[in-house]
Amino acid sequence: MTVIEKTSLIGKGVPKLDAPKKVSGEARYVQDIELPGMLHGKILRSERVHARILSIDTSAAKNLPGVHAVITAADTPGVPLGHGQDNPPLKGDRVRSMRDEVAAVAAETEAIAEEALALIRVEYEDLPAVFSPAAALLDDAPILHQKHPDNIPFTYEYGHGDVALGERESDVIIEDTFELHFVTHCCLGVSGVVARFDPEGNLTVYSQTQMPFLYKKEIAPVVGVAPEKIRVLQPAIGGGFGSKLDIYPFEPIAIFLARKTGRPVKLVFTREEEFIASPTRQPVVLTLRSGVKRDGTLTFRDARTLHDNGAYTSWGATTPFVIMQTISSLYRLPHCRYRTTVVYTNNPYSGSFRGFGNLQATFAVESHMDKLAEAVGMDPLAFRLRNAQKTGETTLQGMVFRSCGFSECLTTAAESSEFLEKRALYERYRKQSGPIRRGIGIASLLHVGGGAKIYRSDGCGTILKMDDYGHVTVLTGASEIGQGSETVIAQFVAEELGLPISWVSVVNDDSEITPWDVGVHASRTTFVAGNSAQRAARKAREKILRAAAENLGARAEELDLRRGHVVRAESGESLVELPRLLRSLHFAEKSDLVMTTEYYEPPSVAQDREFKGDVSASYAFGTHVVELEVDTETGVIRILEVTAAHDVGRVINALGIEGQIEGGVAMGMGYTLSEHLLVEKGVVQNPSFRDYKIVTAPEMPEVKMHFIESHDPEGPSGAKGVGEAPAICIPAAIANALANATGKRFYELPLTPEKVLRRLKDSRADR
Amino acid sequence: MSLEQKIELVLNGRKTTLSIPVEMSALTLLRDVLELTGTKRGCDEGECGACTILVDGVSMNACLLFAVDCDGRAVTTIEGLSTVDGLSPLQRLFVEKWAVQCGFCTPGMILQGTYLLSRNKDMSVTDIERGIEGNLCRCTGYKKIVEAIREAAEER
Repeated sequence: MTVIEKTSLIGKGVPKLDAPKKVSGEARYVQDIELPGMLHGKILRSERVHARILSIDTSAAKNLPGVHAVITAADTPGVPLGHGQDNPPLKGDRVRSMRDEVAAVAAETEAIAEEALALIRVEYEDLPAVFSPAAALLDDAPILHQKHPDNIPFTYEYGHGDVALGERESDVIIEDTFELHFVTHCCLGVSGVVARFDPEGNLTVYSQTQMPFLYKKEIAPVVGVAPEKIRVLQPAIGGGFGSKLDIYPFEPIAIFLARKTGRPVKLVFTREEEFIASPTRQPVVLTLRSGVKRDGTLTFRDARTLHDNGAYTSWGATTPFVIMQTISSLYRLPHCRYRTTVVYTNNPYSGSFRGFGNLQATFAVESHMDKLAEAVGMDPLAFRLRNAQKTGETTLQGMVFRSCGFSECLTTAAESSEFLEKRALYERYRKQSGPIRRGIGIASLLHVGGGAKIYRSDGCGTILKMDDYGHVTVLTGASEIGQGSETVIAQFVAEELGLPISWVSVVNDDSEITPWDVGVHASRTTFVAGNSAQRAARKAREKILRAAAENLGARAEELDLRRGHVVRAESGESLVELPRLLRSLHFAEKSDLVMTTEYYEPPSVAQDREFKGDVSASYAFGTHVVELEVDTETGVIRILEVTAAHDVGRVINALGIEGQIEGGVAMGMGYTLSEHLLVEKGVVQNPSFRDYKIVTAPEMPEVKMHFIESHDPEGPSGAKGVGEAPAICIPAAIANALANATGKRFYELPLTPEKVLRRLKDSRADR
Repeated sequence: MSLEQKIELVLNGRKTTLSIPVEMSALTLLRDVLELTGTKRGCDEGECGACTILVDGVSMNACLLFAVDCDGRAVTTIEGLSTVDGLSPLQRLFVEKWAVQCGFCTPGMILQGTYLLSRNKDMSVTDIERGIEGNLCRCTGYKKIVEAIREAAEER
C-alpha cells in the first residue's frame, strides 16, 4: 500500500516559474520580437516646451531611401488618449511639453528612421510657458488646454466629521508642508511596441501593457480599430511598476505606421528617450494641519495637496484617491478634510508609479506624526499604537478592516530593530564630537491589498484544463510583469489539486485566449487572480473527487488529492493515480474532461461621490524601521538596516514577498536619497543612468523581514496584496531617522548630501 | 555603404566567421545579426550592465565594444551558459533564490556573476556587491542576486 502524506505548497518558497527562461536568455521581450517584413518606427518630439506648430515639412524625410512612411497629426484621426482625453498621439497645432510627439517615421532600419527624423522641418511659434502648479494657477498664467482655462483638469474634496470641532478638541495643532519631486520608473527594459495588421484588418499588438483588456478598449477609438479586432500579446515585460498602466502616444503611433505601411512596425525607445518621454511620479506639495489631545489621541487633520500634472492627464492624475486614504484612514481620525488641485504645467506629464501617490502621502503623514508625538511628549511608537486601528474597525472613509495586523507590524518592527532603545541612544550621540551621527526612524503604511474598485469590474477570469496525464494549464487574465503572479497562481492551483508545482503551467500573455482581468495595479493580483484561480481549481477538484468516488465506490468527502494520486483522506492510502482517473473519465462511455472556469469579482464597492466606501476587499499594513548613519560634514547618508514588518494576510510564497520587500526598499531608498529627474523649464536635464542615480548593490542595507499573518477572511488562503507596500513608508522612515540623528526635520526630497548639509547649517531649529 | 570587415571569433564555443560593418557594436552584432537576444540593450551607453558578455573570460559591456574587436577572441553570451540538458550552477541558483523578477537585467547579472566566480575564490558579500555595482536592477533590491552568487561561490 502506498501512503501519501498531506503536504502543502502554501507559504513555501516555490521558485519563480518563468525564471528558467529568463536566466537562460530564452525569454522574449518586446525588444526581441522580429517579424517578417518588419519596419522600425521613430518619433520626432517637440523642440519647444510650449508652441504653436506653424508647419511641418516631411518631404525630404519621405524621399530618403528606406523610408516607408512619415506621418503627422494630419494622417491620424486625432482622437485623444488618456484619462483626461487631452492627449492626441501626434500633436497637430500645438505642443505643450518637450516630450510631445510631432511626427513619426517607419523605415527599414532604426538608423534610417533616425536619419529621416533629422530631415523633418518643423516651424514653431513659441507661447508663454509655465513650469510650476503655483504659477499655473495665477490669473494671467498661460492656458494649456482651452477646455480648462483655469489649468485645473481635476479637483478632489473629501471630508468626514467636523474639522472645526476637531480643532476645538485639540491640545496641540501642528501644520507642515512637504514637497516632493519628479522621479521616473527606470524599467530596465525601455518602452516598446510591435504592431501588425493582417489582411482582414485585425490588429495584433505586442505590448508591454499591464492592463491588456482595458488597453483594447482604450486604444480602439484612438486608432480607429474595433476592440474585438485587436489582439494584445504580452511578451516578457522588462519592468512595470505602474508605468504600463496607461497607454502612451508611442503605441498608437506604431499602429498608425503599421496601418500606413501595411508592414509590421516595431518602435523601441532609446534610454535617453525613456527618461524624457516616459511617465513620472508626480511632484506634490502637501500641507497637513493636524491636532492631537494631550493623551495622544488624534483629533483632526486638514490636508491640501497641489499636484503637477504636466501637460496631459494620465491615470496618474487620480493619485489623490490613494493619498486621501492615507490622510483619512492610516490612523483613527474623527475629523478630516482633504482638498486637492491637479494643475496643468508645461512639464513632462505624470503617470502611475508603484504606490500611486502613497509614497508622497506617507512621507508627509508619517513625518508629521513624529512631530505630533513629540509635541505631546510621546514616543513615536506609543503614539502610533494609540491611534492605530484594529481588525473589525470601519474607517470614517468607509474602509472595512476585516483583517488588520497594523499594531503587530508596529510592535514587531520596533522590537526586532530595538527601536526605542536605539532611538534614545542616538539622541544622546548627537552631543558627541566627530561628524558621524546615527539615527533610527519608524513609519507605517496603509494600502489597498485586495484590489480597488476603480473600474466597473475589479475581477479576474480563469480557465483551467487538465490533460490525460494530469498536467494542468491555467489561462489567467492576470499579467506577469516580474512580480511572480504566475507562480502564485500555479501554487493555488497545485495546492487544490494535490499536484507537484511542475504539473501546472500558466498562460497569461494573449488576450485572444485569456479571460478578462482589469490589470496589474492596486496590489491586487495575488488577491484577485489568486482567488479566481483557487476557485477554478476547487471546481476541478470537486469534479475529480466526484468521479473518483463513483469509480471507487467511496464517498467524495472521504477522498483527497495528493501528489498526483487520489487517496483516502484519513490514511493517505493511494487508491488510483490521478492521470489514470482522468483518462477513465475521458474515455468512459459518457466521456468528459476536467475543464473549469471562474470569474472572481471581489466584494468591494466603488466609492460614492464623497469618496466614501469600502473600495478594496482587503487592506495591507506595514511598518518599516530604518537605521542610518549620516556624515554631518559631507551630508552623505548611509542606510545601515531596514526592518520591515508587513501584514501580508498569509504568506503564499515567502521568496516572492521577500523579493517585493527588498525591491521596494531599494526603490523607496532611491526616491528618498538619490533619484531626481531634474526638470528645468520643462526640459529634462539628466536623461541617463549616469546622472539619474538608482540604487546599486553596494548601497543596499541589511533588510530584516517579518510577515504578519492576519488571515484575511476574503483573501485566497488568507492572503492579501503586498506589491506596492514595501516602497511606501521608506521615505518617512528615513526622514524620521535623520531627525533622530541630527535633531532636524526634513521636508523635501531627495535627501541629497547638498540638501542635508544646507539643512544642517540652517540655524533654525525647525521651520 | 559602410566599410565592412571580416572577423572570426569563437562564439559560445563555436568558431564563427562573418563580415560586419566596422562601426557596429558587439551588442548589435549579437542581437540583430546573430539573433542572440538574450544579451539585453538597457541603455546602449555602458551604464546599466544589461548587455554584459564575456570576452576571453572578462566581463564587458557589449554596447561599448566594437564588434570588430571580437575578432580572434572567445565570446560567451547568456545562451552559452546553459544547454538543453540544464542550467549552469549560477543560473540554477538564480532560479532557486528568486533572484529574478522582470528578468531584463538577469543575463548581464549572471554573466557578471560568472566572471566574478571565475576570478575570486573567497568573495565576501561586500566583494560581490561591489562586483555587480555596474549592473542595475530595478526589481529585486539585489539581495537575492548577491545570495545566489555567494552560494555559487560556496558550492565550488
